[in-house]
Amino acid sequence: MSDSLAIETKLLTKVYGSGNTEVVAMRDVSLGVRRGEVVALLGPSGSGKSTFLTAVGLINPPTAGQILINGQLVMDGPRAIVDPTAFRRKHIGYIFQKSNLIPFLSGRENVQVALELAGWRPGKARQRALELLDYLGVADRADNMPAALSGGQQQRVAVARALANQPSIILADEPTAALDRNRGRQVMELFAKVAHEQNAGVIVVTHDERTLEVFDTTYEMEDGVIRPGAGNAHHAMPAEAR
Amino acid sequence: MNLAVKDIRHNLGRFALTALGIGMLLMIVMGMGGIYRGIIEDATLLVDKAGADLWVVQRGTRGPFAEVSRLPPNLVDRVAAIAGVADTRKFVFHTIQREHRGKPLRMAVLGLDWPTDRGEWLPLMAGRPLAQNHYEMIADRTLGLELDEQIPLGKDTFTVVGLTTGMIDSGGNGLAFFTALDAQAVQFDLPGEAIRLERAARRGRADRIDLSSTQPGLLDRAEGVSAAIPALAPPAVSAILVRVQSGVDPLTVASTISGWADVSVHTREDERQLMLAGPVEKAKLQIGLFRVLLTIISAIVMALILYTMTLDKLQSIALLKLIGAPNRVILGMILQQALVLGALGYGIAYLLGQRIFPRFPRRVILTENDLIELAVIVLGISVLSSLLGMWKAARVSPNEALSG
Repeated sequence: MSDSLAIETKLLTKVYGSGNTEVVAMRDVSLGVRRGEVVALLGPSGSGKSTFLTAVGLINPPTAGQILINGQLVMDGPRAIVDPTAFRRKHIGYIFQKSNLIPFLSGRENVQVALELAGWRPGKARQRALELLDYLGVADRADNMPAALSGGQQQRVAVARALANQPSIILADEPTAALDRNRGRQVMELFAKVAHEQNAGVIVVTHDERTLEVFDTTYEMEDGVIRPGAGNAHHAMPAEAR
Repeated sequence: MNLAVKDIRHNLGRFALTALGIGMLLMIVMGMGGIYRGIIEDATLLVDKAGADLWVVQRGTRGPFAEVSRLPPNLVDRVAAIAGVADTRKFVFHTIQREHRGKPLRMAVLGLDWPTDRGEWLPLMAGRPLAQNHYEMIADRTLGLELDEQIPLGKDTFTVVGLTTGMIDSGGNGLAFFTALDAQAVQFDLPGEAIRLERAARRGRADRIDLSSTQPGLLDRAEGVSAAIPALAPPAVSAILVRVQSGVDPLTVASTISGWADVSVHTREDERQLMLAGPVEKAKLQIGLFRVLLTIISAIVMALILYTMTLDKLQSIALLKLIGAPNRVILGMILQQALVLGALGYGIAYLLGQRIFPRFPRRVILTENDLIELAVIVLGISVLSSLLGMWKAARVSPNEALSG
């Protein structure tokens, strides 16, 4: 089964502090996301969504459990099996609540830098960055600095950057929180489009239930425990149970 | 893509102001080194320019530049009689301060042994050497005098016939060159009333001894000019400059002179070292300590600036790490910015210094070696000062990009 999954987590647990101050942020979370599948992760603030996302993104190691990406074991408990930085560079694309563009780089350079870090030559990276911005409809603002872009344009540039290296998984944390309803929906549809076109597994943490029809699967988290969202039980079962 | 340059361009105004500040600090460091070189140059200038192999001075003293030295003028003939001596010159040196154009005029008076020495060796930028035994002078341009200007000194008026450049004593005073006789006249000039009082005092002393009864003419002499009294020596000179014949070891002549009980003799190198070890030594230590302190301050200021610049872009650093930038890319960016800041600061220091240092009252000499040494120090400071920022950047977690 792991062969067909872009992301697979097994009994992921994250505990902060110890003794009286111990907080279990995530408990035995098992989940599978196929290539080309767009998954929504819902839940109230403090439910453990971001903890889960940062663990899968190899930013915040879990206390226990395993993470497999494209069938490869990358985290075994808190121990990294691969070099997280290099792995993120090649396989993972991130999109955040705020666009999180680098303020001293133009829109095009924000995309280009991700490509150059992955080893692209500057000329080809520039070309590819322009193509991506064109694909996302912001090519005309390529040379603008982030401060001169609207929220929606910034988010599109951020999406372009996340897609730059054709990652096998895309992780998005509240990507539409700063956008109005229409723009939020456009961005969500964009995720679905690129996930299907690029065959990437996508997890989107969101509060926004108005755009849920865009997602293939939804999960809900509460008190660090994950459970299937309404109407998609076929993916919601814990991985070890399937 | 060079992230360091991109960041600098984005914050160009702030970065330029920072570089200007660092540049001005480094200019002071550079200037301190230049002042030190200037002091050394000024201190040894006369010793080098005079071209003497040996300096004969008053017994137990270290020469006219370090302390008062007085020798009888006829010593010049005694020294000239030593085998191996090519020529000897009287050397008169003292410092005076007079009023000129309503401002104090401080000058180092140097007597040339007319007619042997007319000042041909001086670096003249205008005018000519001395052409007569009296009433002419050559002045350094730092004194602010003009060619053909008339300067009253003592009871005489001197005409500026030549202007030199870069002729300064170890105290930073411009040099004025006269014949030795005129230099002595300026040095020993007394007002008429003082001369009359001295003569009356001599008469009183003569009256009180038996000799005046048996030789009444002595009383007339006591009231006359000093030069007419055999017991009173004519005005003294500061040193005798000796040039030895070609092929003669100056130390051989020096060993002969050092056997005389009334004088001391120094070689040219001795005289240089006495200058450097004496008045210049403390200045060297003082300026050296200032340089070290300023260098440390520059390093601290640079470190704080780079640290602050790093703090300002922690979010960007976290983001870069999140998208897979290895630490060497981040640290390289900070190091490059430190090097650019150091290089810009150094360039600004040099350019500003070129315009400002010539206006300093003391000479500021920037030697190639000193400039290279400072460049290496700035390079070291840049690397060291970036360490704090790099340390902070290395500790940034990619997780922090999500918390923004």
